[in-house]
Amino acid sequence: MSAQNYVSQSFGPAFNWKKVLRNHGGLVALAVILVFNILVTPNFLQLQTLFVNISQVATIAIVAMGMTLVIATGGIDLSVGAIMALAGAIAPLIFQSEFGQMYPVLGVALAIGFPVLVAMACGLFNGALVSILKVQPIIATLILFISGRGIAQVLTNGNLQTFKNPAFSYLGTGKILGLPFQGWLAIVIAIVLFWVINRTIFGRYVLAVGGNERAATLSGGPVRRVKIAVYIICGALAGLAGLIVVAINSASDAARNGDLMELDAIAAAVVGGALLQGGRAPIFGAILGAVIIQLVKYTLLANGVEDEVALIAKALIIVAAVYVQQARKE
Amino acid sequence: MSAIQKAFNGVVALDGASLEIEKGEVHALIGQNGAGKSTLIKILTGVYRSDDGAVEFDGAESLISSPREAQAAGIATIYQELNLVPLRSVTENIVMGYEPKKLGVFIDWDEAHNRAREILKRFGIDIDVTARLGSFSTAIQQLVAIARAVSLDAKLVIMDEPTSSLDVSEVKVLFGVVRSLRDAGVSVLYVSHFLDELFEICDRVTTMRDGRTVDCRKMDGVTKLGLISGMLGRDSSEIAEAGMTEFSGGAAKHGEVLLHADNIATGPRLTKLDMTVHRGEIVGLGGLLGSGRTEAARALFGIDPLASGTVSLKGLDARLETPAAAIKAGIAFLTEDRKAEGIIPDMTVRENLTLALLPKLTRNGQIDRAREREIVQGFIEALGIKTAGMEQPIRELSGGNQQKVLLARWLAVEPELLILDEPTRGVDVGAKREIQAIIRDFVSKGFGVVLISSEFEELVEGADRIVVLNEGRSITELKNPGITEDILVHALAHTDGEAA
Repeated sequence: MSAQNYVSQSFGPAFNWKKVLRNHGGLVALAVILVFNILVTPNFLQLQTLFVNISQVATIAIVAMGMTLVIATGGIDLSVGAIMALAGAIAPLIFQSEFGQMYPVLGVALAIGFPVLVAMACGLFNGALVSILKVQPIIATLILFISGRGIAQVLTNGNLQTFKNPAFSYLGTGKILGLPFQGWLAIVIAIVLFWVINRTIFGRYVLAVGGNERAATLSGGPVRRVKIAVYIICGALAGLAGLIVVAINSASDAARNGDLMELDAIAAAVVGGALLQGGRAPIFGAILGAVIIQLVKYTLLANGVEDEVALIAKALIIVAAVYVQQARKE
Repeated sequence: MSAIQKAFNGVVALDGASLEIEKGEVHALIGQNGAGKSTLIKILTGVYRSDDGAVEFDGAESLISSPREAQAAGIATIYQELNLVPLRSVTENIVMGYEPKKLGVFIDWDEAHNRAREILKRFGIDIDVTARLGSFSTAIQQLVAIARAVSLDAKLVIMDEPTSSLDVSEVKVLFGVVRSLRDAGVSVLYVSHFLDELFEICDRVTTMRDGRTVDCRKMDGVTKLGLISGMLGRDSSEIAEAGMTEFSGGAAKHGEVLLHADNIATGPRLTKLDMTVHRGEIVGLGGLLGSGRTEAARALFGIDPLASGTVSLKGLDARLETPAAAIKAGIAFLTEDRKAEGIIPDMTVRENLTLALLPKLTRNGQIDRAREREIVQGFIEALGIKTAGMEQPIRELSGGNQQKVLLARWLAVEPELLILDEPTRGVDVGAKREIQAIIRDFVSKGFGVVLISSEFEELVEGADRIVVLNEGRSITELKNPGITEDILVHALAHTDGEAA
C-alpha cells in the first residue's frame, strides 16, 4: 500500500480513479447523485426538499446503525421492519388509552419508553436464539420478521390508528434550529455509537467477535453477551424508528410501518462499508449509505419513475457496493 | 508405484517414493506429518500428477489422471471426513450413481434395498438400510463408505486414519471388515498414527520420511520401537541403548506446586492425564499426533469441559469452565492454530495484542487508550516485533511476528501459567530462537509453562520435565537434565502395559 503511494507520488500527479472509487465509493456516489439532481430534478435546491429527505433518511439511518452493529458481529437482523411495526402499534394504544388521556405527560413518556422496551425484548429474543441456541442469525430473526408484524396487527385489530397528539408527534415533526428533530436524533445516536465502537471495551469486543469469534472466545471475551447486546441495541433502534414513522404520519399502520425496512437497512450498512462476514462497524458509513439509498429513491420518485423501478435501482446500488467491497479485499 | 517425484512450487514433497501393495494384503503406510503420505495417496488416486516415476496397477501401467478414473479402475478412498450424504438413506448412499432402474427411468427401490442389504451382510452388518445414514454412528457410516467402495468392485481400498473417531468396540467391527476384505482378495492401504493398530491388522508396513519411502517390511518382523525410529530417522539400537539409562530419581522440585491435574479426562481423546507444574518450570507434553497433547491443553484452559478428574491451582481446587475463567485464574493458552483461533486478521497489532488484557485496561467501560498504546509499545520493543507500527493490520505481519504479538497478548495479562501449543510452528529460525528466549525469561520469573511441541528437539532442550502421552493417557514422565531425543522416542514406544 505504502509502496504504491510512493510510486504514484513520484511519477507525478496522476489521479488514480480506481483507488478513489475503491476507498471512497460511497462519497463519490453521493456526489454523482447530488450533481445529477441539481441538474435534472426540478426544485431540488430547496429547503423543502432537504426537510423531506432528512426526515425520511433519519429512520433508515437509525435502523441501519443498529444493523451495522449486528453485521459487525457476523450476524444479520431481518426482524427490524416488524419490530418497527410492533413498536409503532403499541405507542398510540398507550397515549390514547384512558390512562394516557388522564395523564398526558406520563402517557407520552410511556408511549415512547414502553414500545422501545418491547423492541429491546425482541432483540433479546433474537440474540438469545443466535448466541445461546446457536441458531443461524438469518433464521433466528426470520421468526420475528414473520410474527412481529402479525402481533402488531392483532394488537390493533388490523386497523389504521390515527391520532392528534402534538407532544408525541414532535418525534417526527419537531424542528431544532430549523432542521427536523429526528435528523438530530440520528446524529446524536451516530456520535454515541461511534464512541462506543471506538472507545469502549464493548465496541472492541463487537469487532473482535466478528473478526474471529474463536480468537475472541479464547481471549476471554464475553462473546455470548456481546452478541445478545448487539441484537438488543438493534431492536431498540428499530423500535425508535417505528415510533418516528408513526409520529411523522400521525397515524399507525401496522401493515405498512417499516415494510421492507430490513432490506433498506442492510443495503445502507453494506453501502456504508460493513462487511457481511463481520469485523467492521462503519457507523457514519451507515448514515452515508442511508442518505444514498434515500436520495436514489427520491431522485426516481421526483422524476416520475415508478416505485417498482426504484426497487431495481436499489438492487443495483447493492450490487455496486458489494463489487467495491470485493475489489477492496484484493 | 516406484520412484515417484513430486514438487509443489519448487518445494519437493516426494523424492523417490516407492510403494508396492500385493493383492489381498493390508498394507500400512506410516510417517510423521509432512512425510509425504497424503501426497503419495493423492498421486495414486489421480488428484495430483507425479513429476516423475511410474504407477502400475493391476499388472499394467496406470494412467490415472483424475479421481473418477481411479474409481473406475477400482481404487477407492475412505477419507477421514466421509464423502457421503448423511441426510439420505443407507441404500441411496451405497447405490448412488449406480441405481438399479425400472423401465429405464424409475429407480427400483426394492432391488436397491436388497442390494444394499446384501452388500452390508457380507461384512456382518445388519442395519435398516432405509434409515437415514446420519442416524448411525460414525463407525457405521464409515463401514457404509467401505461397502459402497466394495460394491463398485474396488480392488484397492485406501483408508486414511479410519479409526481416529471410533471407539474401541467400533474399531473391532472395522477390523473385522478389513479382514473380510482381505479374504475376498481386496488390497487395503491403511494409513494411521495409531501404531498399535497396525500390529493387529496389517501384513506389511511402508515407512515414509522426508518424501521418501525408507523401508518396507513384514509386520511380524518389526517392533513398535523400530517403526518409530524409522519414522524419525534414528537407529533403533541406539534408542534402545539410550533407553537403558533413562530416568534416574524422582521429580526435582523447582518451586511450589502451581498446577496439578489429577486424573483428568474430557472424552475419548483424553482419557487420563496426571501432571504437575511447579513454579519456574517448563513441563513438556510429549506424544505423537493424536496422543492427546492439544486436548490436554484445551482441558486445562477450560475449553473442553472435564468429564472426570480435578485441577488444582496453587493448592486450591480450580473450576475452569470457560477460557475467561481460566484467564482470571492466571492461565494463558497460546493456540497451535494461529490463523483460526489466534489472530483477528483485520484488527491492528495494537488491538490484537491487548485483546485478552482489555478488562484490565478498562474503566467504566472505556478503554484507557494512552495506557493501551504504552503497553503495546513496550511489548513491540521488548519482544522485537517487526511491524510498521502498532496500527498496522496484523495480517500484514510475518508468521513469526504474528506469533510474537499473540505471545505478547498473553504475557500482557501476566499469567502464572502459560500453556504453549506449538509456539514455534511455522515461524522462521530467528523468530523461533527469540520466542524460546522469551519463554525461558518468563519461567525464570517464577511462573510455569506447559510446552507442547511436535519437534522433539524443542521439547528435549526446552522442557525441565516431559510428561509422555499415548492415546489420551499420560504414561510416563522424563526429567531433565539427561533427556535426549532417543530417550523420548523410547518412552513413546512404550505401551500402556510396559509403562505401568
